[in-house]
Amino acid sequence: MITIIDYGMGNLRSVQKGFEKIGSEAIITDDPQVVLQAERVVLPGVGAFRDCMHSLEQGGFVEPILKVIAEGKPFLGICVGMQLLFTDSVEFGLYSGLNVIPGHVLRFPDQMTVAGEKLKVPQMGWNQLCFKRRPPAFEGVDNSSNVYFVHSYYAKPDDSGVIATTTDYGIEFCSSVWQDNVVATQFHPEKSQAVGLRILKNFAELK
Amino acid sequence: MLTKRIIPCLDVKGGRVVKGVQFLELRDAGDPVEIAEMYDSQGADELTFLDITASSDDRNIIIDVVQRTAERVFMPLTVGGGIRCVEDIRRLLNAGADKTSINTAAVDRPDFVREAAERFGSQCTVVAIDARRVPGENRWQVYTHGGRKPTGIDVIEWAIRMEAYGSGEILLTSMDCDGTKNGYDLELTRAVVDAVSIPVIASGGVGNLEHLYDGFTTAGASACLAASIFHYREYTIKQAKEYLRDKGVEVRL
Repeated sequence: MITIIDYGMGNLRSVQKGFEKIGSEAIITDDPQVVLQAERVVLPGVGAFRDCMHSLEQGGFVEPILKVIAEGKPFLGICVGMQLLFTDSVEFGLYSGLNVIPGHVLRFPDQMTVAGEKLKVPQMGWNQLCFKRRPPAFEGVDNSSNVYFVHSYYAKPDDSGVIATTTDYGIEFCSSVWQDNVVATQFHPEKSQAVGLRILKNFAELK
Repeated sequence: MLTKRIIPCLDVKGGRVVKGVQFLELRDAGDPVEIAEMYDSQGADELTFLDITASSDDRNIIIDVVQRTAERVFMPLTVGGGIRCVEDIRRLLNAGADKTSINTAAVDRPDFVREAAERFGSQCTVVAIDARRVPGENRWQVYTHGGRKPTGIDVIEWAIRMEAYGSGEILLTSMDCDGTKNGYDLELTRAVVDAVSIPVIASGGVGNLEHLYDGFTTAGASACLAASIFHYREYTIKQAKEYLRDKGVEVRL
C-alpha cells in the first residue's frame, strides 16, 4: 500500500492512477496520522516551493515526513516534492526546505542557448536520463530513457554522491537523487508513459 | 537534450472528436478516449483536448472524457475551451488534466491568468492565443470566441503580457492558416518565440511533415500541435517523428 500526501498542491489523481495501473493500491491522504502509519510514502508537488512548504507546515506534515524517512520507509519525492527535501530554494526569495538532503534549489540561468536558439524556461517536455548510480527504483530503466519534465528550478545537492541521474538542459543538472530509503525525481514518472510506470512499479515493490 | 514535442489536438464537441476547417464544417472523427489511447501507443508527447462545446450543460461531458482518458493514458494532458474561472480549472485538474489553456477569459480579464498561475502554478497555466494577420501589415491581432471576435490587441504585446502574468506556455494558433493545410504561420510563430522566454506551441495549418519541420526550425517552436493529419491517418505520430529525426530534429522515439 502506497500513501500519497495531499497537502493541497496539485493533481494527485494521476500519481494514484499510475500506481493502480501497475496493480498497486494507493491512497491519497490529507491526514498526518495516516502518513505516520504508512508503509511507503509519495510526496508529489506542483507550484511554487514557498507555497508547497507553507502548505506542508500548515497541514502538520513536516514531522511525520521526517519521521517516516528516519524510520527507513521507502519514500518517493516527485518534482517540487523532490525539491522540498533539500535545504532551501531561491524561488521567490530564500525559503527553507525539509533539509533531508543537504543542498540548494536554484533557477536555470537566463539566456542559455543551444545551437543559436535560446532555451526556454520552464523546461517543458521530454528529456533524457544519464545514470550516475542506479537505485533499485530505477531497475530496468535504460540509460538515455526519456522522461517528462516541467520546471524552472532544479536541485543541486552538496554531496554529488547522492545524484542518481543527471539531465542536460543547457547545464547538466541533477534530475534524480537516491539517499538510503529516499528516492526523488525532478521529472514526473506518472506522466512518463512506460518508463515512468516502471519506476512506480519498482518503488511499490521496494523492500 | 530536451526533445521537440508533437501534440495531437482533439477538438471535442458533445463527447465526440470533431475537426473543422477554419473553425467551421465540423466532421466526426471518433471517440476521444479511444483516439487518445491510439496516440499514446504511437508515441505522442502530450495530448490536447479542446472543448468546443459552447453550452455550460456540456461542461460535465468534457470532465468525464478527461477522467476516463487519465485512467488509461500516462502522459501530459491539456484541456482548453470555455474555461472561465478558477473553479473550472480546479475541476479539470482534479479530473486528471495536467494543464489548462485559457483563451477568451484571459482577454476579458487578464488578472484571471495571474490568479490561475498563483493558485495552480505556471506549469499548468497555458494561454491560448488565436491570431489573425492584419491585412497588408506585418503584425497580428488577437481574436476570441473561437476566432470570431477581433479584440484590437497586438499578439506580440499580448504574449509578453501573459508571460508576465505567470503563463507557463503559449498555444499560438494562426486563424489564417488553421484548416488550410498550407503550413504554420512561420513569421507569426517566430515573432512570438523570440518575444517570450516561455515555450510556444505552434498551431494551425499543418498539412504535411515538412510543415512540422519548419515549425520547429524556421519558427523555433518548442512543440507542434496538429489535428487532421493524424486524425485522418495521413501520417502516424511515429512517421512524423522518424521524418523529423532523419532531418536532425531531436525527438523522442
